[in-house]
Amino acid sequence: MAVPDSATTAPAPVCADVTPVPSAVGRSLWRRLLGHKLFVTGVILFGVVLAMALFADVLATAAPEKMNVRARFRTPQWQFLLGTDNYGRDIWSRLVYGARLSLSIGFAVVLATGVVGTLIGLLAGYFKRLDGPLMRFMDALMAFPAILLAIAIASALGPSAINAVLALSAVYTPRTARIVRGTVLVVREMDYVQAAVASGARHGWIIWRHILPNSLAPLIVQLTFIFAYAVLAESILSFLGVGPPPPTPSWGNMIAEGQAYLREAPLIALFPGIAIALTAMGLNLLGDGLRDVLDPRLRVQHG
Amino acid sequence: MAELILRRLLSAVPVLLLVTLISASIMQLVPGDPALVIAGTNASDAEVQQVRRALGLDRSFGVRLLEWYGGLLRGDLGQSLLLNRSVTDAILERLPVTLALAGFALALTVAIGVPIGVIAALKANTIIDQAVLVVALIGVSVPNFWLSLMLIVCFGVWLDVLPAGGYTPFADSPLGWVRSLILPGISLALLQIGLLARITRATMLEVLRQDYVRTARAKGLPMRMVVGQHALRNVMVPVVTVIGISFGLLLSGSVVIETVYSIPGMGRLLATAIFSRDYPVIQGGLLVTATVLVLLNLVVDLLYAVIDPRIKYDGRS
Repeated sequence: MAVPDSATTAPAPVCADVTPVPSAVGRSLWRRLLGHKLFVTGVILFGVVLAMALFADVLATAAPEKMNVRARFRTPQWQFLLGTDNYGRDIWSRLVYGARLSLSIGFAVVLATGVVGTLIGLLAGYFKRLDGPLMRFMDALMAFPAILLAIAIASALGPSAINAVLALSAVYTPRTARIVRGTVLVVREMDYVQAAVASGARHGWIIWRHILPNSLAPLIVQLTFIFAYAVLAESILSFLGVGPPPPTPSWGNMIAEGQAYLREAPLIALFPGIAIALTAMGLNLLGDGLRDVLDPRLRVQHG
Repeated sequence: MAELILRRLLSAVPVLLLVTLISASIMQLVPGDPALVIAGTNASDAEVQQVRRALGLDRSFGVRLLEWYGGLLRGDLGQSLLLNRSVTDAILERLPVTLALAGFALALTVAIGVPIGVIAALKANTIIDQAVLVVALIGVSVPNFWLSLMLIVCFGVWLDVLPAGGYTPFADSPLGWVRSLILPGISLALLQIGLLARITRATMLEVLRQDYVRTARAKGLPMRMVVGQHALRNVMVPVVTVIGISFGLLLSGSVVIETVYSIPGMGRLLATAIFSRDYPVIQGGLLVTATVLVLLNLVVDLLYAVIDPRIKYDGRS
């Protein structure tokens, strides 16, 4: 489920109050994941993009920002694998560096929203007195369509990669907090947690040892989807001119620049869009697979 | 029912108050002196002063906030910096276009998403099912602004069968209106179709496992009747949810889609305001959109209770 915002406000009726999963035995977990065809497809798709990002220096055949006016609008050929754009820049090289930027931003958003959202979710779910104020504020943030709020924040802060991360994190953190809070509410009523409370364990220790581990499965699933949303949303921010500014090779920037030459050279806008779609597809499949395997209650639905 | 409506309305009040506060605070995020940033680096001192006064930046944030709330009570969202008119007027003028686009996309979503979801569930684990899941996956993975550009190239430029952009008001030409909405409508709806198809499929599978469906089958009712009489009503619950959620996504998606297709709706108004740092319009647009969504969620919650009498509300779960 994704778009930026789209995806953003993905309905989470099923994840909202997931029963915590008893920690699956390591080996059988892997076997189940590897037997899940869609998950493996997701791993492969995402792996390809990850490899592009990691080995961009090796894979690029030219400097991504180097202009060459004598080689503008070239069609794909040996020297320019995917052709060149309106400045004669090599599209393939820009694409692999764009992968690095997109995945970095996506990962930073996942990290930030994972840490902050988990903290807020734990506090709201565990301490009843904090629940009201924290979650009302989260509700208010979620009342705004995600992409709209992200655009507004990013434009206020100014166009840059860091500000895109801040804007997207602000938008997705409430969604993570809500999931974590949902699981915490269930786990804290479990007998073993009540037993720990009765035996006088400190709150911090209970949260760290009992509550957090049991919230991990739905959290990981949610963060995988947020990774997908973040990559899509970042491309929208860049496309609208409030992401990392040109000439930075971001996929959104490349599509925005290609927009002016749709008639003459549609390939300029075509390739980065395919890259975004494959990345989001890989992450969505990963998320679906993890959810099927980590949450047995939902596995049934797969047939 | 009246009590339920009242209680849900009251519970929306704190969220709406926070929504107004967040909308009003967006400008606080601008680093440094907002007036300087908004007027631009080439602006003269006088121009910067003028922007500062227009935005009330010469007063404290607290005072501005009170003024904003005061205006809000009178339906006044302030004055646009660039459009030379009030924000309320500008939004009211553009809103119908966006609602038409979102409504059109929503109709497409339901008309396509529900049937393919139901079919996928009835043919679970066949090639038809897989095909629907692939379509759904593509829907949630393809960036809609890029899809728009590709559709414009295919249908607006190469095949030249649909307008590549622009908007024809219904009053001018009903056919032209539909034609101008087809490509943007598809671009907006694809994601929602994917979401709705997946949710419909999952719910349908759940429903088909229920005892009453087995009973109906056992007494010899044909599958067609079982689905029509028993299953579809239960599938309506997620459909109603998704309609609520979809509308929010469609409204926010319109910022991008209206920009790409040059449609003069609220989305493009907001996008333009964001590029030109017209903060009164940005704040007003955020507020109106979020308020519409909060109220919409309220309606969806209440509709649940109508569709499914089992649902009772003892506060928010």
